[in-house]
Amino acid sequence: MAAYDASVRSRRWHTLLMVACVAAAMLLASISAEVSPVKFLENIHRFPSYIIRLFYLENGQPVWTDIGEWFWGLNRWLRLLWETLLMAYVGTLLGAVAASCLAFLGAANVAPARWIRLVVRRFCELCRTVPELVFALLFVIAFGLGPMAGVLAVAIHTLGALGKLFAEVVENIDMKPVEGVSSTGAAWHVAMRFGALPQVLSNFASYALLRFEINVRGAAVMGFVGAGGIGQDLIEAIRKFYYSDVSAILVMILITVAIIDSLTSLLRHRLIGLEGKN
Amino acid sequence: MDAVRERYPEHFKRLGPQRLPMIAVATAMLVLLLYGMQVLGFFDGKLLSGMGRLVEIAGLMLPPDPGSWAHARAYGMALIETVAIALLGTLSAAILALPVGLLAARNVTAQRIVRFLARRSLDTIRSVDILIWALIWINVVGLGPFAGALAIMTSDIGSFGKLFSEAIEAADRKPVEGITSTGGGHFMGIRFGILPEVFPVLVSQVLYYFESNTRSATIIGIVGAGGIGLHLAEAIRTLELQQTSFIILMILVTVAAIDLVSSQLRFAMIGRRGGVSG
Repeated sequence: MAAYDASVRSRRWHTLLMVACVAAAMLLASISAEVSPVKFLENIHRFPSYIIRLFYLENGQPVWTDIGEWFWGLNRWLRLLWETLLMAYVGTLLGAVAASCLAFLGAANVAPARWIRLVVRRFCELCRTVPELVFALLFVIAFGLGPMAGVLAVAIHTLGALGKLFAEVVENIDMKPVEGVSSTGAAWHVAMRFGALPQVLSNFASYALLRFEINVRGAAVMGFVGAGGIGQDLIEAIRKFYYSDVSAILVMILITVAIIDSLTSLLRHRLIGLEGKN
Repeated sequence: MDAVRERYPEHFKRLGPQRLPMIAVATAMLVLLLYGMQVLGFFDGKLLSGMGRLVEIAGLMLPPDPGSWAHARAYGMALIETVAIALLGTLSAAILALPVGLLAARNVTAQRIVRFLARRSLDTIRSVDILIWALIWINVVGLGPFAGALAIMTSDIGSFGKLFSEAIEAADRKPVEGITSTGGGHFMGIRFGILPEVFPVLVSQVLYYFESNTRSATIIGIVGAGGIGLHLAEAIRTLELQQTSFIILMILVTVAAIDLVSSQLRFAMIGRRGGVSG
């Protein structure tokens, strides 16, 4: 019994020590982040009132009393949403195609040379660690304001993220088909095309679809830095306090994202089913 | 070769009928890609001149140079602030998300309506981008890192709530039954039956999110919510490209360091085998 008590006591100490460490870290962090409970308590009532205010029109009526007035810019916003979706699509596709080429160069089991693999890995890491919006800011300088900068930022980030995932998929393939093709004297790219690619294609597609979901969200905020899409109108509405416009655009984005999510998950389940059959 | 070709003619047909759907999908994707590129202005001639300017910009970014010692110190402080924002947001989100996760878990909350409401609200929170949360919180507590920490907290409550509820649902039922059989109530069952089992999984998810939040925290400064993003956006907008690359380099090093520390902690916590579920 004494031994049990001692063991419980030591574990309690352990837990207490960890809690103390976490609390100390939070305290230090809150000093650095200028947290002020007073300011928070004084202003917190503004959070619910801001959210509620979003659902009132300029004339003080709730938005659902006049849907036409709420969605007064429907045509423009639908066009911008379509542009956002196209940005995500083009960015994802360009990034995924580039990533699927790089994946074979960066996978440990099939890479033609060690130094190529290392260079490819580092490159992918750089592309996915630098945030999309930073790329977008840089591309806006180079390509001017507009959706092209956003597409390229999405593509670069997708290249980094998918390059890593795809390389891991390639590392898990069965090497026998590749060896078989190589043994007939085929060149490296032929061996990859007929030995490796058929094994990984459905996985690639599945990851790319998942990435497309993420990129739709990413493309929706590209407009914050002037890189096209619906984000431009959203940030303008937030900055200029066009409350009902903010809620209208947010509702449209949320619905679009939900539709895209369910469509892609449907497609992905079909793809996984296909893989099971093979 | 001709004999082989004669014996297996079906393997030498270039387009078997079973490949038609595949080709149709690929063609449709290509058409959509070209249409998208056309809509987004890829063929307006800006692409080539932009690429030229991009190379020029990349050249101007080297070598990374903060400009002056004072700049370097300001960036260092901003980076500490960024990490503080990420830490504070992640930890407070984890604390707040635990009860919500319990409410959304099937094996804890019997009432279907409570569960449904908890899940829907988590979904809604998750669908709103972190930058939009930052803009909303700026309206509440003003510009600065506090708004950033609150933004990360809000958006992470959505993610953690979902992940936690899934981890709780995956927990073994038997400890709870054991506690109930000794006369323990529902609350006792959760406290001593479920929480000890899922706690390491939750901690590893929190650590994982801390990494990714450090990346998010670097960009919320772009909309004015504190951290290094403000300096970064300013350096890019004023074309101080050497400072830009210096800041990006600092971010990369910090993110890599945090990756290292948190993965060490994760391994220490759950052992090398246990991965993050979900």
